Amino acid sequence: MKRRANGGRVDRSKPINFTFEGKPYQGFQGDTIASALLANGVKLIGRSWKYHRPRGVVGDGAEEPNAIFQVEQGALTIPNVRGTQAQIYHGMIVNSTNAWPNVNFDVMSVFGLFSRFLPAGFYYKTFMWPQKFWMAYEHIIRQASGLGESPKELDPDHYEKTNAHCDVLVVGSGPSGLMAALAAGRSGARVMIADEQEELGGRLLSSRAIINGKPAADWADDVIAELGRIANVTIIPRATVFGYHDANFLTIAERLTDHLAPRERRGARERVWRVRAKQVVLATGAHERPIVFANNDRPGVMLASAASTYTNRYGVKLADKAIVFTNNDSAYQTAIDLKNAGASVVTLVDSRAEAGIPVDDVKAAGVIVVTACAVVNVIGKAAVIAAEIRNISGDGKSISGALQRIDCDLVATSGGWNPAIHLFSQSGGKAVWNDDKACFETGAVVQQQTSVGAANASFALDDCLTEGAAAGSAAAKAAGFDAPDFSVRVPTSDAPGETSLEPLWRVPTDGFPGLGPKAFVDPQNDVGVSDIYLAAREGFESIEHVKRYTALGFGTDQGKMGNISGMAILSEALGNKISDTGTTTFRPNYTPVTFGAIAGPDVGNTLSDPVRKTAMHTWHQENGALFEDVGQWKRPWYFPLERETIHQAVDRECLAVRSSVGIMDASTLGKIEIIGKDAGDFLNIIYTNAWKKLGINCARYGFMLGEDGMVMDDGVTVRLAEDRYFMHTTTGGAATVLSWMELWLQTEWPELEVYLTSVTDHWATAALAGPNSRKVVSAVVEGIDFDKEAFPFMTSREGFIGGVAVRVNRISFSGELCFEVNVNANYGRFVWQQLMLAGEEFNITPYGTEAMHVLRAEKGYVIVGQDTDGSVTPTDLGMSWALSKAKDFLGKRSLARVDTMREDRKQLVGLLTDDPNEVLQEGAQVVNQPSEDTPLPMLGHVTSSYRSACVGRSIALALVKGGHRRMGETVYVTTDDGRFVAAQISPTVFIDPNGEKQHV
Amino acid sequence: MLLIECPYCGTRDESEFSYGGEAHNARPADPDALTDEQWADYIFYRQNPKGLHRELWNHSSGCRRWFNAIRDTVSYKFQCVYKIEDPRPELAEANTTISAGEKS
Ligand SMILES: [Zn+2]
Repeated sequence: MKRRANGGRVDRSKPINFTFEGKPYQGFQGDTIASALLANGVKLIGRSWKYHRPRGVVGDGAEEPNAIFQVEQGALTIPNVRGTQAQIYHGMIVNSTNAWPNVNFDVMSVFGLFSRFLPAGFYYKTFMWPQKFWMAYEHIIRQASGLGESPKELDPDHYEKTNAHCDVLVVGSGPSGLMAALAAGRSGARVMIADEQEELGGRLLSSRAIINGKPAADWADDVIAELGRIANVTIIPRATVFGYHDANFLTIAERLTDHLAPRERRGARERVWRVRAKQVVLATGAHERPIVFANNDRPGVMLASAASTYTNRYGVKLADKAIVFTNNDSAYQTAIDLKNAGASVVTLVDSRAEAGIPVDDVKAAGVIVVTACAVVNVIGKAAVIAAEIRNISGDGKSISGALQRIDCDLVATSGGWNPAIHLFSQSGGKAVWNDDKACFETGAVVQQQTSVGAANASFALDDCLTEGAAAGSAAAKAAGFDAPDFSVRVPTSDAPGETSLEPLWRVPTDGFPGLGPKAFVDPQNDVGVSDIYLAAREGFESIEHVKRYTALGFGTDQGKMGNISGMAILSEALGNKISDTGTTTFRPNYTPVTFGAIAGPDVGNTLSDPVRKTAMHTWHQENGALFEDVGQWKRPWYFPLERETIHQAVDRECLAVRSSVGIMDASTLGKIEIIGKDAGDFLNIIYTNAWKKLGINCARYGFMLGEDGMVMDDGVTVRLAEDRYFMHTTTGGAATVLSWMELWLQTEWPELEVYLTSVTDHWATAALAGPNSRKVVSAVVEGIDFDKEAFPFMTSREGFIGGVAVRVNRISFSGELCFEVNVNANYGRFVWQQLMLAGEEFNITPYGTEAMHVLRAEKGYVIVGQDTDGSVTPTDLGMSWALSKAKDFLGKRSLARVDTMREDRKQLVGLLTDDPNEVLQEGAQVVNQPSEDTPLPMLGHVTSSYRSACVGRSIALALVKGGHRRMGETVYVTTDDGRFVAAQISPTVFIDPNGEKQHV
Repeated sequence: MLLIECPYCGTRDESEFSYGGEAHNARPADPDALTDEQWADYIFYRQNPKGLHRELWNHSSGCRRWFNAIRDTVSYKFQCVYKIEDPRPELAEANTTISAGEKS
């Protein structure tokens, strides 16, 4: 065991058993996967994705590139869990993500032997062309580059969402975040503080500093306890603020149960908070960056801050012989921490000519200090066994002198700190380069927000405390909480001052940069110094392009550890300043968020869209209907009898309508009441035909065009009274048409007195079609004279069925005698059943959308959105008769444009195949001649195509260039099995061309 | 997600609104008097400025009223909103230095 006897925040009285790669291990309550594995002496925890090199834990937080695990199995499995942040629990099953078949014997490590042949751009160059090779490689590549596996079963968990408002949202609970929350909380402001770790306290939990005379972690505990007592402060633990959007809208993923054993989990697994904050304080800290040198990815090479965390917070004895390699003062404490934790030899290698301020403390602790030196290489494969040291010049540009080998089992490195400006950048702010501190920091603030502490490039503990307190007070004040009597006394710590760091991104090599063993910048994507230099050599200059060429920063860690180093090394390769190279874009999410958390309560629904059902839906279900989705509606598709195929059912339904009577649920058609003294004038401009002379209780078919002259919607409108019209729209177009009419009424003609009311759901509609339909309605409807003369085609009457008021419209979408019965939707099913009873003696047949489509196609009636596509005018449809010449209407002027008057536009025609049994495919291309030559000029395409039992053959509608003038000519239509089918252009009306049947 | 002020309801989340394109694109009084070019200018051509833009918004999941807004297409910030019948406010100085919209 590598666990120290005491120290740290783990509870040694609560052992926890878990497995890693199938082997049992024991940690303690409070351990993360990473700390528990390190405490068990497990250094090799995964393989890299490209070269499959052995990898170990590097960091202690969100920046971790290697300790990425697959946790649990089956439906509960989660890929890409950061072992540095996930707490262990009893029975936890942990597996490596990147090893196949296992972490210690990895067949893919053979890739590592060929690393010279897998340079940057390898994937582009090899697999992008020719495309068919990708098919052959894909399987093996996917297996080799496993970045976790998503569960294949349904997610058994549930998730919630919460909307919240607050005065001050504090992100992060390190020293600056705690002080900000405290200052704002004491003022009475509504404060929320979120932290991504298992415990609040941030880096204070790893620190050995003394604040106000107390160990830093104890001081943090006191502040957290006080925050817990303030009623207006909400603490959100285990919560990652993953997105910072416009107008201070932030999204937070709170993990509620992932830290518990599955059998102990209760309630929702995750909760996404959608927070609107008046003020935001970003106390997101900083990520330490490594110094890049040869073989710096070997297990045992770690960030200095992480070494301190595992030593101090988790009580792990990381090393017997350690090297701390730094270019700044912050890692001096790590050297002391390691020595105090029992390392026999600790060597501090400082690349600077002069040692830092704490050098006497370090020496007093027994640490050997060497300056003007650098680690140039580490020895060891599955674990570090030694490091090689050489002299480095003051400017960091060259190395010299003899190679000195130092045995060690840990190399802790610090190249300085990168402020975690991710959320600041997401908020719209630009990162700016700070030359003195050698880091990107926040530039101009765009939203109501402050960055404090390490996130503001103020790395000293006392500065963090001071800035946090000031920002908390200022934020509360800005949010309107200006109580004079609250105050926060800023505590002081014993942290020493710091000398400035000397930038050192990579240790130079003899000869060309990147020569020699691979030196890794982004370990998760196996991007090394040589890859960045190669990209520069191949002409890439933009960091965004280099990112995509090398995959720098593309992993689940999004390059939190390596990106800035990569940008600095690219600048060096290009001879640019870092400030000119700039950063890549920081995008949400800060760390990966599960799909479950994003879907929230909608997990498990196939669609989050609502389902709309008509008042007769249950009757359709009881009578065996199969349903079709039309927009959000469920519509009966057809009603098969026992063992009937769709063709048999549709043929039967169509023949019933043509020979006796059918009944269809037409409730889904959009319905809008248009009321007001100017309603007629309004319809006159909205529709292409004239409306003002339409009599009361009369109906008219109308086209609605966009101002570009293209067909937008169609339908029948009935005039109910002098100032009242009842408009039908297509099922899918109802909402669009309502918005369209509102737009014109409100913005162009506000003086018109017109009121629009959507009544689609208020009415249920049953359409009775067929020669016997009059007999059925006559038998069951009271109060209406159905005589042909008394109730002519395109008129409307009011009556009763079983005492229920109905409105009957005599209109037709099948070409047959037809009566559409409208009733308050609450009586929809009742009325439907009365009609069915009355129709029994005529074998009344319910029919669905499929038969409806065939029936209307036989008559050449168009369906907007099927036979039209937004580029079709009424003239193209052969329906110029619907265009008024006497008045203006929306889109009219466009019909007189040169382009819309062309005679070779695509026009709607009928197609009759030479072989009457051949049913064309909808969408199939129409051409003049079958030919192997390409490109083959396209004339248009088939828009509707059916087998028609009534016509006794196949029929089709198609949009064909200049089709109206080509009646009787033969064209050819493609099929998906590569044939050309001959078809004759015909009129669009296939039966009853004079429309006699609907007038009987 | 932006906060948008509906002149009738007050400030609401962006998700309650829909965008209606450039404002003040009045329908010509006599379309037949226009050339094809003039008509095309009305139907197809828009300013699409970088900076302040007068545009139409609809409080579609709220009161369903259309209104005008002046918004900076670079920073997305609303300068103001005004009712359809209100006089047009002056454009403020455009703030085009912030490039929240310039994402690569
Ligand atoms: Zn409103």
